[in-house]
Amino acid sequence: MPTSVHRSNPVPTKRAGNGRQPLAKAPTGIPGLDEITNGGLPRGRPTLVCGGAGCGKTLLALEFLVRGALEYDEPGVFMSFEETADDLVDNARSLGFDLPRLSARRRLLLDYVRLERSELTEAGAYDLEGLFIRLGHAIDSIGAKRVVLDTIELLFSGLSDRFVVRAELARLFRWLKTKRVTAIVTGEREAEHLTRHGLEEYVSDCVILLDQRVKEQSATRRLRILKYRGSAHGGNEMPFLIDDHGVSVLPITSLGLAHPASTAHVSTGVSGLDEMFGKKGYFRGNSVLVSGTAGTGKSSLAAHFAEAACRRGERCLYFAFEESPSQIVRNMRSIGVHLAPWMRRDLLHIHAQRPTALGLEAHLVAMHRLIDDWRPRVVVVDPVTNMIAVGSEIEVKAMLARLIDLMKLRQITALFTSLTEADGAAERTDLGVSSLMDVWMLLGNLEANGERNRAIQIVKARGMAHSNQVREFVMTDRGVTLVDVSRRADGSVAIGSARGAQQQPTRAGAPQPGRGRKAK
Amino acid sequence: MKDGKRRTWRLRLYVAGQTPKSITALANLQRLCDNHLAGRYRIEVVDLVSQPHRARRDDIVVVPTLVRQLPPPIRKIIGDLSNVERVLVGLDVLPRDDEE
Repeated sequence: MPTSVHRSNPVPTKRAGNGRQPLAKAPTGIPGLDEITNGGLPRGRPTLVCGGAGCGKTLLALEFLVRGALEYDEPGVFMSFEETADDLVDNARSLGFDLPRLSARRRLLLDYVRLERSELTEAGAYDLEGLFIRLGHAIDSIGAKRVVLDTIELLFSGLSDRFVVRAELARLFRWLKTKRVTAIVTGEREAEHLTRHGLEEYVSDCVILLDQRVKEQSATRRLRILKYRGSAHGGNEMPFLIDDHGVSVLPITSLGLAHPASTAHVSTGVSGLDEMFGKKGYFRGNSVLVSGTAGTGKSSLAAHFAEAACRRGERCLYFAFEESPSQIVRNMRSIGVHLAPWMRRDLLHIHAQRPTALGLEAHLVAMHRLIDDWRPRVVVVDPVTNMIAVGSEIEVKAMLARLIDLMKLRQITALFTSLTEADGAAERTDLGVSSLMDVWMLLGNLEANGERNRAIQIVKARGMAHSNQVREFVMTDRGVTLVDVSRRADGSVAIGSARGAQQQPTRAGAPQPGRGRKAK
Repeated sequence: MKDGKRRTWRLRLYVAGQTPKSITALANLQRLCDNHLAGRYRIEVVDLVSQPHRARRDDIVVVPTLVRQLPPPIRKIIGDLSNVERVLVGLDVLPRDDEE
C-alpha cells in the first residue's frame, strides 16, 4: 500500500532519463500519435497532457483508455475531477465509444471525484491518503494498466493547503510509477505556464501540449510533444482532429524523406506521353503535378492515368473536388475513356467532395482513411488547387507534403491536377506546390494563326530522361494523343492546322526556353 | 439548538490506518462530542485501509474526513479536527456559553 512508497522506489525518474536502455512504450492506439512518439507513451510512467479549455485533453485521455482496453488488453481507470461520469459517457458517445459497456465488462472504471471547497470545512491537518487508497483500489479491482487523472489540478482549488497538495501530488506521481500504470495526467494551461499549478515539475518523462486556434471561422487543433525523455520525437506542431472516429493526429511529416525510391515504371495512360518520359511513364511512387488553365485537358490526362492503372488490375482512388462521379464518367466517355466498368469491378473509386465541406485537416484525415481502407496503387487528386479554398497557401503545402509522404511510403503513384488562372496569378501556388512533386507538366493553349491549340510540356521529371519538347495535345473521341509540334525554320512553332503544312516534324534539340513554355 | 436537544447525531470519521492524524482526529472528535453533544451522538470510524471500496462509494479523498450523517443536511469536515471552533461551525453545533 502507499505507505511503503518512499522505500520501494526512491528516485524513479533518474533511471529513464540517461538513455541507457530504450524506454518501453505503451501504444495509445490513437492514429498518428504513436507514430510521432515512436510507439506511444512511456510505459509505466505518467505523461502530462496540457492545454487550454476545450483543447481536447479529456477526449484524448479518454481515447487512450478506451483503445487500451479494446486493442491492447489494458484496462483503465479514469479518475475525473471535472466532469461527472455521466458527462464523460455522453462525450465519449460522440466519438463512438461505449463507456457503459466497457465498464460493465470491467475494462474501464470511471470515478468522479467531487471536491468543492464551499462544501468542505477544513479543521486541522490532512493528507490525500484517501485518494491513494481510492485510486489503488480502482486499479487493483480491474487490473488496470492505464490511468487518467483529469484534471488533478482541481485539488488546488478544492483544498486550501497548497503545501499539502503539492507534497501529496509529488508522492502520487512516485506512487503511480510503483503501480506500473501508464498514466495521463491533464493540466490546464494558463498564460505562459504550461499548467496552472506547475504539474510539469512532477511529470518529467513526457509532456504533450494541445492547442486550439480559430482562424477564418474554422478551428484548427495542434498537438506538440514538448518533451519526451530518452526518446526521439518530432518537435513540430501536428494538426489533430476530433471527429466521430475519435482523435487523429496528422503526423505524416514525421515520416520524413526515408521512403523507398522505386525504379519500376507506371504508364501515364497516354502512349505519346509515356514516350516523352523515355517510353516508360512515371516512376512508381512518383507524385505528378499537372497544371494548366481551364479546359486544357488536365482531368482528361488524370482519367487516362486512372484508367491505365485499372487496366493493369491496380486500384485507383480518385478524389474529385469539382465534379460528381457521374459527371466525370460522362465527360470522360466523350473522349473515349470508359471509367464506369472499372468502378463496377471495384478497381476505381471516385470520392467526390466539395473542398469547403471540411476543413483542411479533416480533408487530410478523410483522404488518409480512404487510402488506408481502400489501399489503392494509384491516386488522383483533381484538382488540388481547390484545397486552397479551405486553407492558406502554407497550410495547403504542409498538408500536401504530408499526403505525399504518406503515399510515397506506400509506393502509391499520385497525380494532382492544378488549375492555374489565365493571368498567371495562381502560378505562385503552382511553384509552391511543385517543389513537392517529382514530375511537373504544364498544359496550355498556344494561340497562333487564329487557332487555339492545346500543348503539353514537361517542366521537370526527377531522375528521368524526359523530352524537353512541347507537344500538341489532341483530344479525340478515342482519347488523348500527343503530336509532335513542328518548328519552322525561324524557330516559331507550327501547331494545329499549321502543323500539317509543315512537312518535317523537328527533332532538333532544345526548343527556345521561353517559347513553348506556355501561352499566357 | 432546539433540534440538537432531541436528535441523535450520527457522525462518521474516515481515516486511513492508525496514523498520528487518525488518532488525533478521533481523540479530538471524542472530546468535542462529550463537551457539546453528550449522550446525543454516535461515532462510526471507517478505516479505508481495511475498507478501500468505501473511498469511492462515499467519495472520500482527504483523510481524516468527518461526515455529519444526521441531522441532515450532510456536512463534511476535513483535517485532524484540532481547530475546535471550525469543527463546531462545520457541524453546526452551537458552542456552550461557558466555552470561549
